[in-house]
Amino acid sequence: MEQFIFGKLTFATLPHEWFTVGGTVFITGMMIVGALFLTKTKRWKWLWREWLTSVDPKKIGIMYLIMAMLMLFRGGIDAVMMWTQQALASSNMPGLMGSQHGFIDASHFQEIATAHGNIMVFFVTMGFLFGLMNLILPLQIGARDVASPLLNTLGFWLYVAGAILINMFFVFGGHFSATGWLAAMPLSELQYSPGVGVDYWNWSLQVSGLGTLLGGINFIMTILKMRAPGMKLRDVPVFTWASFCSMLIVISIFPILAMTLALLFLDRFFGMHFFTSTAGGNPMMYINLIWTWGHPEIYVLILPIFGIWSEVVSTFSQKRLFGYTNTILATAGVMGLSMLVWLHHFFTMGAGADVNAFFGVITEFIAIPTGALFLSWLFTMFRGKISFKTPMYWFLGFVSTFSFGGMAGVMMGIAPIDFQVHNSLFLIAHFHTMVIGGALFGIFAGISYWFPKISGFTLNERLGKYAFWLWITGFLTAFVPLYILGLMGATRRLDHYAASTGWQPLFIVSAIGSLIIGCAVTMQVIQLVVSIRDRKKNQAGNDPWNGRTLEWYAPSPAPVYNFAVVPEVTGRDAFWEMKQKDLPKPVYHDIHMPKNTATGIYIAGFAFLIGFAMVWHIIWLAVLALIGAVVVLIRRAFDENTEYIIPASEVERIEKERRKD
Amino acid sequence: MGLREKFIIFILIVTDVILIAYLFLRDKTVAVFQPSGLIAMQERNVFFFAAALGLSVIVPIVLAIFVIAWKYRADNPKAKYTPDWHENKKLEIFRWTLMCLVIGVLAVVTVFVAHSLDPYAPIKSETKPLTIQVVALQWRWLFIYPDQHIATINYAAIPEKTPVIFNLTADAPMNSFWVPALGGQIYAMAGMSTQTHLMANTIGTFYGSDAEISGKGFADMRFAVQAMTEKDFDAWVNTTKNSPDKLTNNVYIQLAKPTEDNKQHSFTLADDTLYNDIMMKYMEPGHDIKY
Repeated sequence: MEQFIFGKLTFATLPHEWFTVGGTVFITGMMIVGALFLTKTKRWKWLWREWLTSVDPKKIGIMYLIMAMLMLFRGGIDAVMMWTQQALASSNMPGLMGSQHGFIDASHFQEIATAHGNIMVFFVTMGFLFGLMNLILPLQIGARDVASPLLNTLGFWLYVAGAILINMFFVFGGHFSATGWLAAMPLSELQYSPGVGVDYWNWSLQVSGLGTLLGGINFIMTILKMRAPGMKLRDVPVFTWASFCSMLIVISIFPILAMTLALLFLDRFFGMHFFTSTAGGNPMMYINLIWTWGHPEIYVLILPIFGIWSEVVSTFSQKRLFGYTNTILATAGVMGLSMLVWLHHFFTMGAGADVNAFFGVITEFIAIPTGALFLSWLFTMFRGKISFKTPMYWFLGFVSTFSFGGMAGVMMGIAPIDFQVHNSLFLIAHFHTMVIGGALFGIFAGISYWFPKISGFTLNERLGKYAFWLWITGFLTAFVPLYILGLMGATRRLDHYAASTGWQPLFIVSAIGSLIIGCAVTMQVIQLVVSIRDRKKNQAGNDPWNGRTLEWYAPSPAPVYNFAVVPEVTGRDAFWEMKQKDLPKPVYHDIHMPKNTATGIYIAGFAFLIGFAMVWHIIWLAVLALIGAVVVLIRRAFDENTEYIIPASEVERIEKERRKD
Repeated sequence: MGLREKFIIFILIVTDVILIAYLFLRDKTVAVFQPSGLIAMQERNVFFFAAALGLSVIVPIVLAIFVIAWKYRADNPKAKYTPDWHENKKLEIFRWTLMCLVIGVLAVVTVFVAHSLDPYAPIKSETKPLTIQVVALQWRWLFIYPDQHIATINYAAIPEKTPVIFNLTADAPMNSFWVPALGGQIYAMAGMSTQTHLMANTIGTFYGSDAEISGKGFADMRFAVQAMTEKDFDAWVNTTKNSPDKLTNNVYIQLAKPTEDNKQHSFTLADDTLYNDIMMKYMEPGHDIKY
């Protein structure tokens, strides 16, 4: 009976190590402080009505950014713990805090490494990107809203549910998965990982992956169907195009992830044998499937970033982007190729020379469009009028890291080179160069570029540049040693190593780098706080950078309907063109907008319960939650009253107020 | 602080990093760059070639971006400004051909070396190759010498300048067998047998490890490869043959149990079919290794 009610959940599983207890205390502490603040300022209702149930992509975007920042904090602490451990964990050093080497034991270290990877990819980078896309993409194409506001809020809340689920072991105990960020197989099968860790991993990804898929569908529909009148696909701004390619990858690959995770669930829940090494199962199948999804996933992250660079370079050079058509073609080329190269993640599985050669060559082909993109930016800057605002700093930082990290990636496309650096710290350094130097720097550039549009005021330039210099210094100090360590034979995920290897000094240098990165993040927080404090001084106006695309035509911050009068578009760089001629006096009409809805948050809440219940084998709860989700969905389907009208007079009032500058 | 000063500081930081790295590495071996094996040496040469080719394109592009950024800065009154210039056929042809050429060369090399350095390809040599069967366990390495009828744990002795055929399987999760000084990795997987060919050019003790996460004790899955002269190797085989420990099925079952004990050990081999038996365990039910 007890097992029926609580599944595998018992008192013994509740958190009892210092790190889980610490996590629990921290999480509950934060929740209590938050709740007290909301009660004191009487903001519960405001929070629910204005934010949590909002379908306004601008608000959803801001919630994505906040969530991603929180998760960056979590993933960053993981990273610093790993760095500290490796700096201490030479085998001749005494262990601290009851651990044999360093200050955390092997399983805990592997859990941290797994969680760090998952959190940084799924909940930080993806969160930031979806946030920026929500905030900017509808504005760029002159739309008042996204195609399906419901899918959008549902996608966001599923992402949040996944993020909470991945942290749930802090509160309810058990352990997190210790099998690497993509669950090494057959290590993640019941035979080798009987605990709930892999299930937490599985369900967290399943839930948030569904959210990503729905978000992807919504953005594709938005770009195809919601563009301003006159805006042809060949006039769409580059960031939107890049996001479109990225979302096409999402809808192509996330079903593969969902299916792979479902098969793993069958293996682990019903004792089936899809991926086991016994009884006819095949772990190589899992590795193929997970990388068929996992490799393109990285391009989901990087393609919109390429779009951001095109926008930033063109705006801050005050010049049209060089070779628009070819830039789009290059982006689409990267998109297509990214789905054909997954096998380069396991050249070492022994597939044979022909297979390795094929996938190696396709991998290298990706460098052709990527190199062409770099030259796009170079030619765009040529004969421009370049102003060095913070986003341009990030761009130059990107150029000087990403290109070399990318070269390391192309080199690993050559199978014999990969044999020597596969799963070594060289590989780790390579993909952190791609994800930090590429994706994260791009996100920072995007945020400081669009921040005035989001908030109405600019970020502090000086502090932003300090943060940049700290980031780049910390990045180089942290990751250059890892390239060298990899070449010395250091593999990834080592919780300790033999003193005779002589790796410790390099690990210490690398750990110092992580502290500098910590300072950089602190500087960014200070930048944000100072900018908010000085917001009156830093009022941005609608068009602070002399922008080219439609988002700069909307007021800053944009009202809920984005554009009082939907602009007629006649070509590329629509706003740049509008600025060259006089606009007629606007005539306002009533505007239809979608009503806020709690459907998304309810369904995601049920999805969270399903995930949690399945982790602990609490079948009744999973069934109830599933019924709950379906009922909410049906109820919503019968809701005819999902829109409201903003009368023309109200629009006129808001516009007068917003456009007084 | 002007842009110029910041740029100088940036360059100084980069130089510092390189300098410190150099000072630190002077007396250390970077195994992949200073290998002791035939295959690793060839792999290193491919690495250097690819790096040189890549850098020859990337360095000029990155430098050009910085030079252009500086030259066309907004407060440079002498720089030309053409806000609407955005198309140029010649530059388009230039950028696509440049990238296609470089990657084309690399692709040809890739296909060639993927075949010549395929781990399954035998090493051409006058000397008769030595066969070693490798079994990844939780969490140690078992090396079986079927022709010498001996077995070792966590270390392997090999004769120098002799090709060694490693056949690999696992009685554990997936593992990746790596001796950076001798050559690249190959996975060891349960129920399957993979193969790699390596050869030590000199005598020495080389660091080897598992590169793929395989559970709690994975960081201790280190082993040593001891390359010795042919004479020393024969002597070593003879001493090991006289080892009092016999690797029977019973002993193997004990060995295969998860342990973080990574001590080295040697055995005489009781059953020549052990390697196949270990693989068969996973091929179909009922093939468990019996007492």
